[in-house]
Amino acid sequence: MTISHHVGGDLLLAYGAGTLDEATSILVATHLALCPPCRAELALAEVIGGVMMESATTGTAPAESLPDPAIVGAGHDGERHGPAAVLSAQPGSFVLPQPLRDYAGCDAAQLPWRTMGGGVRQVALKTRGSGATARLLSIGAGKRVPEHGHRGAELTLVLAGALYDRDTWYRRGDVDAADSSVVHRPAAGPERDCICLAVTDAPLKFPALIPRLLQPFFGI
Amino acid sequence: MGKSRNVIGFPYRRLDEAFGSDAPVPAAAAQGEPGTYVRASEAERMAARLQAVAERGDRAAFTELFRHFAPRVRAYLLRGGGDAGRADDVLQQTFEAVWRKAKLYDRRRANPAAWIFAIARNARIDSIRRERRPEFDPQDPAFRPDPAPEGERALAAGQRAEAVRSALSALSDEQRDVLWLPFYEGETYAQIAIRLGLPLGTVKSRARLAFQRLRRSLAAQREGLK
Repeated sequence: MTISHHVGGDLLLAYGAGTLDEATSILVATHLALCPPCRAELALAEVIGGVMMESATTGTAPAESLPDPAIVGAGHDGERHGPAAVLSAQPGSFVLPQPLRDYAGCDAAQLPWRTMGGGVRQVALKTRGSGATARLLSIGAGKRVPEHGHRGAELTLVLAGALYDRDTWYRRGDVDAADSSVVHRPAAGPERDCICLAVTDAPLKFPALIPRLLQPFFGI
Repeated sequence: MGKSRNVIGFPYRRLDEAFGSDAPVPAAAAQGEPGTYVRASEAERMAARLQAVAERGDRAAFTELFRHFAPRVRAYLLRGGGDAGRADDVLQQTFEAVWRKAKLYDRRRANPAAWIFAIARNARIDSIRRERRPEFDPQDPAFRPDPAPEGERALAAGQRAEAVRSALSALSDEQRDVLWLPFYEGETYAQIAIRLGLPLGTVKSRARLAFQRLRRSLAAQREGLK
């Protein structure tokens, strides 16, 4: 299964440079876990960073503060799963790839979903830094989210099921991007609930009264 | 190449030298400043040092890596808006991580400068911005692995950096701005939009175009090698 809707090159560059806000970085890292071609692009972005670091003015050399390897512990970087955890898990058994499980603390089934009405449930993810906010949404099979517009950018990464928006189907790993010019009403496919990660950098605009009244309670 | 235009304190002259300018500017090189010309062979040597650290905890190799990269990493950390004391703390963390993670370094995949850049970038996000850095984990059962290599001859670590360097030199100043400012100055697109007096959307699309142009130029270079 290949992904047909990717994160934009500007997002990959900013993620590679380390300037992307934390909420959007979760979305990019999760897409990268599912998308080998975008990982190759990220590798290229990091080569750009290396070239720039190599070629810039070096300034003063630091005092000989070479870390003493003796006091540097073995560490477990890049080894968040022991071999046993990897073996016991079936491929594809997690709905949420690792970057998301780090934030959610568990997989989708164990999450404390809060209902928002209309068959839509959400879990907000806690991130630091200003700007964008990230939430996991579960949209009941065949249900639609209330019609809304945007004051900024909205990125939606599908994790399970399918999402139908503006004449296009999005599936696991696909990213649906909307900006302030878009007013839409995405719907979950009929077979199963659609779980997705939504990142917005400004509050949404709901034309209908009830969603608008409820908006402050859901922080959306 | 717009050498006179320097509205954003961007060291174009140095970059032109490093990226291979049409006219040689030997002044800085003649003063013996290190790092102005980094050639493929040097990248290969640093890759070998990293491997020596990974395989046998080679302290002499680690010292050599430190001598080569520490001034550059420090300059990078200082540009990113850190004070000297904090930059030195983060520098220390960066090289501790280089030591610990050396066994994860794969010279077929990454060149040493890119690999160390990524470690310094993450240390900077952690310590200076005090945010978490979400990262994918290749050991994650949900991770979709790379397809088997198709026998395509990949560029060696050093060659790849050389190719990127020459592709960067072919970009316009405008396109280089939108790459340099995030990567080296640590600026967000919103900050760049304010600095350059452009709409945010223009900055983002310029970044996308610059990246695309770089990719095409790399693909063309690869074709040329066949």
